[in-house]
Amino acid sequence: MIKKYRFLIARRVSQISIMALYIVANIYGINILMGNLSTSLVLNTITLSDPFAVMQMIFAGAIISFDIALGAFIVAIFYFTIGGRSFCSWVCPVNIITDSANYLRRVLKFDEVQKKQPATRNLRYWLILISFIISYFMGVAAFELISPVSMVHRGLVFGLGFGLATIIVIFLFDLFVLKNGWCGHICPLGGFYSLIGRFSLLRVHHNHEKCTACMKCKVVCPEIQVLHMIDKSSEPVLQECTSCARCIEVCDDDALNFELRNYMKEKK
Amino acid sequence: MNIVKNYQENRRKFLLKSARTIGLVVLGSLTWSAYLSEVKASSLILRPPAAIKEDDFLATCIKCGLCVEACPFDTLKLAKPGDNLPLGTPYFVPRDIPCYMCVDIPCVPICPTDALDEKKVKDENGAFEIRQMEMGVAVVDVKSCVAFWGIQCDACYRACPLLGEAIDIVYEKNERTGKHAFLKPVVDSDICTGCGLCEKACITEKPAIFVLPRENALGKVGDHYIKGWDEADERRVKDASVEIGKTKINKKSAVESLNSGMEDLLND
Repeated sequence: MIKKYRFLIARRVSQISIMALYIVANIYGINILMGNLSTSLVLNTITLSDPFAVMQMIFAGAIISFDIALGAFIVAIFYFTIGGRSFCSWVCPVNIITDSANYLRRVLKFDEVQKKQPATRNLRYWLILISFIISYFMGVAAFELISPVSMVHRGLVFGLGFGLATIIVIFLFDLFVLKNGWCGHICPLGGFYSLIGRFSLLRVHHNHEKCTACMKCKVVCPEIQVLHMIDKSSEPVLQECTSCARCIEVCDDDALNFELRNYMKEKK
Repeated sequence: MNIVKNYQENRRKFLLKSARTIGLVVLGSLTWSAYLSEVKASSLILRPPAAIKEDDFLATCIKCGLCVEACPFDTLKLAKPGDNLPLGTPYFVPRDIPCYMCVDIPCVPICPTDALDEKKVKDENGAFEIRQMEMGVAVVDVKSCVAFWGIQCDACYRACPLLGEAIDIVYEKNERTGKHAFLKPVVDSDICTGCGLCEKACITEKPAIFVLPRENALGKVGDHYIKGWDEADERRVKDASVEIGKTKINKKSAVESLNSGMEDLLND
């Protein structure tokens, strides 16, 4: 039974323990992981920074310090290798909110009533572009000043304020308005990470030979377009995959698994 | 015929779709920018020590909260949703918790982006000198300060960490009673750091001495006036640019002007 939820449990442990490390650093001064997801200080030595925030700062005309540039570089390299959007499902706390909205949608059978999703999933890439343009003209990191993602994790560490309203808004939006609305359509941070993970080595692969086309994976997948090859061909999923591994768990035929990409073989 | 019709319909659809997208993007960007200029305008905000100029600060601060965690007195806060301040940026409210002017200034060197610039609080030898910081300046409301009424109070004077320098007590004869003295607190804005300990200590219901950002509280003489008795002050205006205003001189003779009636004046 636990095998069906092993990745889900691992993800929740990862998300919650990262948040917990930030919180104990702030409250009790146990400085393993200080700061927040915008910029962290690991063991008082290594800086890790959000590369999207740093990019916006550059467009806003800020002078980037060496610490921040190095921190953003380390984070970018990490996600470049293991898959950009693994940030979304293994680190980002907003994922817990949207996953629960999604779960409730399935329980309440909303998806069966409304099958077609009217909105484009490319909106997030446009939002990246727009946030750079606005950052340039306004002289501030534009998305950082409205980002519900930063708001939520900063809120959890430093006090939430009306940030609770943000959480509720995202939850209700995903539940009633648009399936996978925030993470799957809008969030430019997720979009930025999926660009970073374009050529990532670690990906979920689909094995066409084993697949029986039961389509269970397509029910749980939050980025359904990445599974376009189900029952058709054997290939790695697309860059928008968050590596949440729910498809691996629900597949009874062992047709989906994490695999290292082999670029030589793919090219042919 | 059908192809032409189809083509026209497709073109119409394409144009409509593009117009809709562009319209939405413009709408979104304008709302976003309006929000940003709104939060940028909140100028009555006190930043941590050694903060760079507010505009640069907003572009450079990555909102990580490391300065907040470093502050041993919990003076610094990160702006939460609902505070009506640039979201996520550090600030302090001296009336709640003032800055205690730590000699090692732990909040400054930890800043990873140099939005808090160490150089601003270091002397020539590279040692930290907290007295150099300029977070704000204390202002006395003489109408609600009881010392200006003639009631003896030196709470702010005693609370000031730069006692006798940043706040001085000026003695003055109380003409109303004829036998008492006023002991009026006077702030020297060159020395005051804006720590806010005076504001915290003030005995009146709402403090009669309070810290304002320096740009809001201080005037500027400009280059028109100098202290002729002060050599240093002459150096201040060394690079002053000279502006000469010229009024156009009437070329006509006086008699002619008088005889010309009112037409000239009216026509011009």
